[in-house]
Amino acid sequence: MTGLRQIAFYGKGGIGKSTTSQNTLAALAEMGQKILIVGCDPKADSTRLILHAKAQDTILSLAASAGSVEDLELEDVMKIGYRDIRCVESGGPEPGVGCAGRGVITSINFLEEEGAYEGADYVSYDVLGDVVCGGFAMPIRENKAQEIYIVMSGEMMAMYAANNISKGILKYANSGGVRLGGLVCNERQTDKEYELAESLAKKLNSRLIHFVPRDNVVQHAELRRMTVLEYAPDSKQADEYRTLAAKIHENVGKGTIPTPITMDELEDLLMEHGIMKAVDESIVGKSAAECAVA
Amino acid sequence: MDLTPDEVRARNSEVISEALSVYPEKTAKKRAKHLNVYEGDKPDCGVKSNIKSVPGVMTIRGCAYAGSKGVVWGPIKDMIHISHGPVGCGQYSWAARRNYYIGVTGVDTFVTMQFTSDFQEKDIVFGGDKKLDKILDEIQTLFPLNHGITIQSECPIGLIGDDIEAVAKKKSKEYDGKTIVPVRCEGFRGVSQSLGHHIANDAVRDWVFEKGADKVAPFESTPYDVAIIGDYNIGGDAWSSRILLEEMGLRVIAQWSGDGSLAELENTPKAKLNILHCYRSMNYISRYMEEKFGIPWVEYNFFGPSKVAESLRTIASHFDDRIKEGAERVIAKYQPLMDAVIAKYKPRLEGKKVMLYVGGLRPRHVIGAYEDLGMEVIGTGYEFGHNDDYQRTTHYVKDGTLIYDDVTGYEFEKFVDRLQPDLVGSGIKEKYVFQKMGVPFRQMHSWDYSGPYHGYDGFAIFARDMDMAINNPVWGLTKAPWNAGR
Repeated sequence: MTGLRQIAFYGKGGIGKSTTSQNTLAALAEMGQKILIVGCDPKADSTRLILHAKAQDTILSLAASAGSVEDLELEDVMKIGYRDIRCVESGGPEPGVGCAGRGVITSINFLEEEGAYEGADYVSYDVLGDVVCGGFAMPIRENKAQEIYIVMSGEMMAMYAANNISKGILKYANSGGVRLGGLVCNERQTDKEYELAESLAKKLNSRLIHFVPRDNVVQHAELRRMTVLEYAPDSKQADEYRTLAAKIHENVGKGTIPTPITMDELEDLLMEHGIMKAVDESIVGKSAAECAVA
Repeated sequence: MDLTPDEVRARNSEVISEALSVYPEKTAKKRAKHLNVYEGDKPDCGVKSNIKSVPGVMTIRGCAYAGSKGVVWGPIKDMIHISHGPVGCGQYSWAARRNYYIGVTGVDTFVTMQFTSDFQEKDIVFGGDKKLDKILDEIQTLFPLNHGITIQSECPIGLIGDDIEAVAKKKSKEYDGKTIVPVRCEGFRGVSQSLGHHIANDAVRDWVFEKGADKVAPFESTPYDVAIIGDYNIGGDAWSSRILLEEMGLRVIAQWSGDGSLAELENTPKAKLNILHCYRSMNYISRYMEEKFGIPWVEYNFFGPSKVAESLRTIASHFDDRIKEGAERVIAKYQPLMDAVIAKYKPRLEGKKVMLYVGGLRPRHVIGAYEDLGMEVIGTGYEFGHNDDYQRTTHYVKDGTLIYDDVTGYEFEKFVDRLQPDLVGSGIKEKYVFQKMGVPFRQMHSWDYSGPYHGYDGFAIFARDMDMAINNPVWGLTKAPWNAGR
């Protein structure tokens, strides 16, 4: 073990990846760990709570104005935030143009070549939503993140996304060394959320590493562009993130190769927990008029 | 010791089996469908075509970008064709295919120049539309006499989803309705360059005929207006064709696309007849003009005096007696010249056997020219032909001819090795392989930097070149060490 742990947070868009990851990493920093955050989202908001500012100069925007990424120095893109957490944002194009995935690849290659990871205990990649193309899978390829933490909730689509991400991890688990570290359930207060998250984790051959309860203090901190750890270090919620951080810290080498399930199995899971009713197959695809005739 | 037709058929079938025997089962099964021995009474050559090449083999095919930029659009001389994407595609297709043209390069004509947007990493990540916009401005400033611009998409344009149509429309408006044509010919589309031809034809339809319909200059028609379609003027082919049409009384109002101009494209709907040489690359637009403007089209073949005469008569049959008489007059005029060429070269070439592997129309069209010299084509195939090409081929090939579609490097070597032709006609990638085998070779894409080969003048050059290749004394001097005893 080289001492450097590379982890990544994935999950459905809007699930709270950036919030969860920054709070957790702030807690890890509190434990004395030296952290580097690599934001892999064109919106460049993965480090906003650590830096108290959004959209710092991103690697790709600086590279575009300088000519190419070869014209950049590490100092140009690296910013220091709360508890000396080092932050870089990949950045990327406006929605609807160009290729954000290629941007992630370019940025990560740049950071590696420039030796950005030296002296860090943790490198954490914060990746946008679904793994839509090869570029966003970059952090889970060989010699990048060793453990992936999937942020999800009890909502159907969040679970669906978690399963899809597991497929991505499985693909690279055999060629590289990437493992699924576990699921982090960000409470949405849906029915039987904890149980659902637990059983999904089990189905995926993983575990629910922590269930983060919903608390408005997160919102309050966020409005001030701060982590809960910094805004309200004595709050109950700050302790939740400390617990999650400690669990991740102890989870070294305990990642698993996920066993993604089919859409049907996912629906079965929801039915088992009484969230979804069994579909009457005889009415699938039939319009109201057709059903009336039948 | 000539083989009987039955022996030829048996030998060719055996050669195919031999070639297939080295492949893995799945590959052999796939390739078997592309190889056949032609049976004289069949309506096609019995091969599958226009199918994805098998991974792992050496295919000789190109890509959609090659089909659009390299073949259809590139020769339009007064337009600037941007290779849009990273620099390589434009660089390696620089100077085009020896599509000769008249004009001052860099001033009013641009065929042999290379224009590229030279994509860098940041253009991929942030999109290239702004860069394209700027390039179009630069072109207008630096080359104000250009009559139009085409945007030839390389692969990344389609991958990153650039909106080149929007840029083209915007810039066209800025430049008073200038013709700016976005072409979606990304290389990964389709199985060969063939789809690129189709895409390029469609771009002419949408962005020249339909979009520019209102801006055609005044035009005085005559009853004898024709357009040459599908002649790329390689080594001057279209010129040696055009003079014959003009001599018989027709007026050529457009050349597509060798030595052609945007105005010629725009005027083509005024033609009374479209005469189509390369069916494969321009049948699409010919069919469109037939449907939309009611212009009939006819295929012709200007390789070798027999086919030239036949074609002149076919073309003339669409016109009145004046043109029909004109055709006879032209044929009669050139006959003595052709007799002299044949008298000189036939004795030196009689009975020589040829194997071809080319694209477009040539795997069938040049057969007549060889036969005029007493030579025999014993094997032929298309890089990117479709079934309709193989149907047309049946009018040219003899029973027992070896047919190979999308031939692999290995198969072609094997076939030549076993059939022992006196000449192979194919491309630059094949040339040295066969020359090193001691087999005379002519490039039949570029005419080996010679030409023209079309028309009567072209035949004289063709005959000289084939003689030069086959009867070159160098072949008597080469003997590979391992063949010393043979």
